[in-house]
Amino acid sequence: MIKHIWNQIKRPIDPWLLLFIVLLFIVSSFVLYSASNRDMARVLDKVTFMGVAIAGMWCIASIPPRTLMQLALPAYAVGVILLIAVEVAGVTSHGATRWLNIGITRIQPSELMRLALPLMLAWYFHHFESTLNWRHFIVGALIMFIPVALILKQPDLGTALLIASSGFYVLFFAGLSWRFIGLMSVVIGVFAYVVTHWDMCINVLHEYQCRRIATMLDPMEDPLGAGYHIIQGTIAIGSGGWFGKGWLAGTQTHLDFIPERTTDFIFAVYGEEFGLVGNCVLLVLYLLVIFRGLMISNNANTLFGRLLAGAIAMNFFTYALVNMGMVSGILPVVGVPLPLISYGGTSMVSILATFGLLMSIQRDRSLMKG
Amino acid sequence: MSRHVVMNQHNERNAFQIRLAVAALFILTMFGVLVARFAWLQVFQHGKYLTLAEQNRISLVPIPPSRGIIRDRNGVILAHNFSAYTLEITPSKVGDLEDTIARLKGIVDITPKDRRRFKKLQEETKDFETLPIRTKLTDDEVARFAAQSYRFPGVEIKARLFRQYPLGESASHLIGYIGRINDKDLKQLDEDGMLANYRGTDHIGKLGIEQSYEEQLHGVTGFEQVEIDSGGRAVRTLKRTPPQSGKDLTLSVDIKLQQIVEQQFADRRGSLVAIDPRTGGILALVSQPGFDPNSFVDGIDPQTWGELNNSIDKPLLNRAIRGEYPPGSTFKPFMAIAALEQNLPLVHQTISDPGYFMYGGHRFNDSKKGGYGSMSFDRSIALSSDTYFYQLAVQMGIDNIAKSMAMLDFGSTTGADLPGERPGILPSPEWKKKRFKNPAMQKWFSGETVSIGIGQGYNAYTPMQMAHATATLANRGVMFKPHAVQSILDAATGKVTLVEPTPVKTLPWKPENIERVIRGMEGVMTIGTAAGVFRNAPYVSAGKTGTAQVYSLKGAKYNAKAINERLRDHSWFIAFAPADKPTIALAIIVENGGFGAQAAAPIARKVLDYYLTGKMPDDPAAVSASATASAPAAEETPGD
Repeated sequence: MIKHIWNQIKRPIDPWLLLFIVLLFIVSSFVLYSASNRDMARVLDKVTFMGVAIAGMWCIASIPPRTLMQLALPAYAVGVILLIAVEVAGVTSHGATRWLNIGITRIQPSELMRLALPLMLAWYFHHFESTLNWRHFIVGALIMFIPVALILKQPDLGTALLIASSGFYVLFFAGLSWRFIGLMSVVIGVFAYVVTHWDMCINVLHEYQCRRIATMLDPMEDPLGAGYHIIQGTIAIGSGGWFGKGWLAGTQTHLDFIPERTTDFIFAVYGEEFGLVGNCVLLVLYLLVIFRGLMISNNANTLFGRLLAGAIAMNFFTYALVNMGMVSGILPVVGVPLPLISYGGTSMVSILATFGLLMSIQRDRSLMKG
Repeated sequence: MSRHVVMNQHNERNAFQIRLAVAALFILTMFGVLVARFAWLQVFQHGKYLTLAEQNRISLVPIPPSRGIIRDRNGVILAHNFSAYTLEITPSKVGDLEDTIARLKGIVDITPKDRRRFKKLQEETKDFETLPIRTKLTDDEVARFAAQSYRFPGVEIKARLFRQYPLGESASHLIGYIGRINDKDLKQLDEDGMLANYRGTDHIGKLGIEQSYEEQLHGVTGFEQVEIDSGGRAVRTLKRTPPQSGKDLTLSVDIKLQQIVEQQFADRRGSLVAIDPRTGGILALVSQPGFDPNSFVDGIDPQTWGELNNSIDKPLLNRAIRGEYPPGSTFKPFMAIAALEQNLPLVHQTISDPGYFMYGGHRFNDSKKGGYGSMSFDRSIALSSDTYFYQLAVQMGIDNIAKSMAMLDFGSTTGADLPGERPGILPSPEWKKKRFKNPAMQKWFSGETVSIGIGQGYNAYTPMQMAHATATLANRGVMFKPHAVQSILDAATGKVTLVEPTPVKTLPWKPENIERVIRGMEGVMTIGTAAGVFRNAPYVSAGKTGTAQVYSLKGAKYNAKAINERLRDHSWFIAFAPADKPTIALAIIVENGGFGAQAAAPIARKVLDYYLTGKMPDDPAAVSASATASAPAAEETPGD
């Protein structure tokens, strides 16, 4: 009987993915304990979130991909409507209109899009699997472009780029022409060149975005303002050396120099206390998660599964890359948490939700195209 | 068909796997970039960032030293420190300053005066500096604020050492005061290489002894190496270098003597400088009216400042070293000694004094109407014969006068250890050339020499210069630099450094000439202009009265009551005693006091009585009584 229940429980779980997640979670708890100045309550909070998130993951993993496919279009539609609502009646804060006031709380519809867009695109390409041609990619690009444009208008360049990239991964795995990818690389290259040159950047982006990029290129330009994060982050990581200063011994961290050190800048704490070796261990853990995701994608029986799993794995990679690149000063500062390590319930739950999708796809290998 | 589909699927799978491989390669490449970045930061640049991290966390927190205490020669405290709590605001950390202050008012008592003072401080300083809104909080207020402090970010209570001048206005010009360091002070400290020693110090000596002995009083700033967080909050102390307290000063001033003089001045304006001629030590330095130095310590409020600054009594002017007045007849003893030294024919003659002197067709009046008849050198000092000194000046010539008087530091500062001393004016043809731009004004007229002889004309000296010259004469030509500080005590080591009285120079005067002039000055006190005031003095003293013209009467009859009090002549007196072995020499001016014998000499009598015999002055009624007593003498010799 007990064995039966256990089998029911473990049935949707992918043990490898769970193992890596738990390992990352252990790392995260230690870093968080240090970053929060030994605030055990914070760590317990995180454990609670983790429990909730794992439960959520299990629930999603139990949903067959076919059902997920049915959710794709409604989720996307709701997401776009909410983004339009933001445009019409959004809450403005710090010069950006990103939120909707729904009485009890404020919601940020772009967060929903992170999940809804890859789901929608995977469903779309899956739907036209046998007849895919370049026209479908144009439609796919449009599906992607609508929310991205709305988010860009808020303005929220960081989120727009991350959501665009998640859409792009689906297009890429669906077979976007190499020629187009080449062309896009050139466009991105030119764009990168333009935005890293202030006088050109100012014509293309908002001033604050240009300033952020300029600050990244030379943090000393604004050492107490935008550059502060970058300077303190690089000092923390750089002073860590090969093996780090040791757990709980990071001076930058404990003397309050690292801003947002339990959330977006937690990697600075990690890098200071565990050094290069620790960073490489973390990268390996991330690689294991990502590669497990890519493997699930490879194993998936449906195009929907392959595209969605691939996009989820790549998205996870992107978040990790952007966060670590930002904290170590090679990418502009965008508000992206370090996946699974940063403190914060929303990000934890949404990441584990995508892992639920991965597990659902992994479990449903027998499901044939419907 | 089905085979085709399978083939298609197979191809599709292959294509997909290629894309997966490309994605994996991309992932590895990007993570490789991250590893390279980490290696660059953590291995190659490790040293640099480690240093930066160390600098980040270790901060040198200055510990200001406590300021030295100032005492008088008998150990009476003139300036000291006490600890009190202040309520301080850092404007940059406070959102709405007005609102914060309004809310603070509910907890501690903030008067409009506090508010004005704070506003002035704020205008003078940068926003990130911490400024006191209320000083000297009561224990009750400290407790009340402490309980509410969470409501006031950017507002804090600090325990601070306060400078206090327990005697208030007394000796304020001598002691000076400390005030908050301003940009000008910072620049000066930077130039002097002292800036580092002033980290953490808010105050600096602004006037008087507080300014001139700033270096000794301040001490050496200590440092605490503390680990700080980015908010600047100290986490723990790593190392501490204690500050060295400023040195304590003992003045040569006798504060009791000082206060006697101040009481005697009452509401009158003027100055007295008393010097021990044997050492140059300043015994009293009075400039009336004074001010309360305590009001300057933490920034004076604009209203009080305005009152002080705009008062026609000029309470902020240190008359003792900055007030320049024509010396009047007190100049005569110095003219006399110069004349003897130059062996002018006149000193051997007895002249006829008709009450005026004709020179170049111009009539120079004597203050004694009708004159004295016959006048010798020795009587000329005691009776203050203008006619005699008019002639003396003409015989000596302006160049000789200027040369002789320059030896006594007339026209240059005495080098007293007080800041801001003025040189006065010793007129000479060279001086006039420099003084006037208009060529017609630059020429020296020989007629001008005549008035110089009786201390009028362009002559203008400070009471300090007069006291200094008097002390030099009293000390038989041996000149000391006037100084107010007698010894410096290093409280930490107990080591006392005496300010050694070393003679600056000895004037080449013949002793018999000196004695002859001093005899003449003794005559002033016995048969001359101050005889009434010094009647029955139990010591032999030497002195000279003087009257400095404020307002040219152009030959009209002098009637003090008829003209504005402010236009009345200044009353001068110089004296020393005991005449043969002087231990005190002084110069005193009472502004608009009239004749020297009227206002200045009576105060000098009190000073000498107290200093030489310990006799305290009688009640104020006695002052007027002695003034009455002097009346016959004054009537007999109305001139100085």
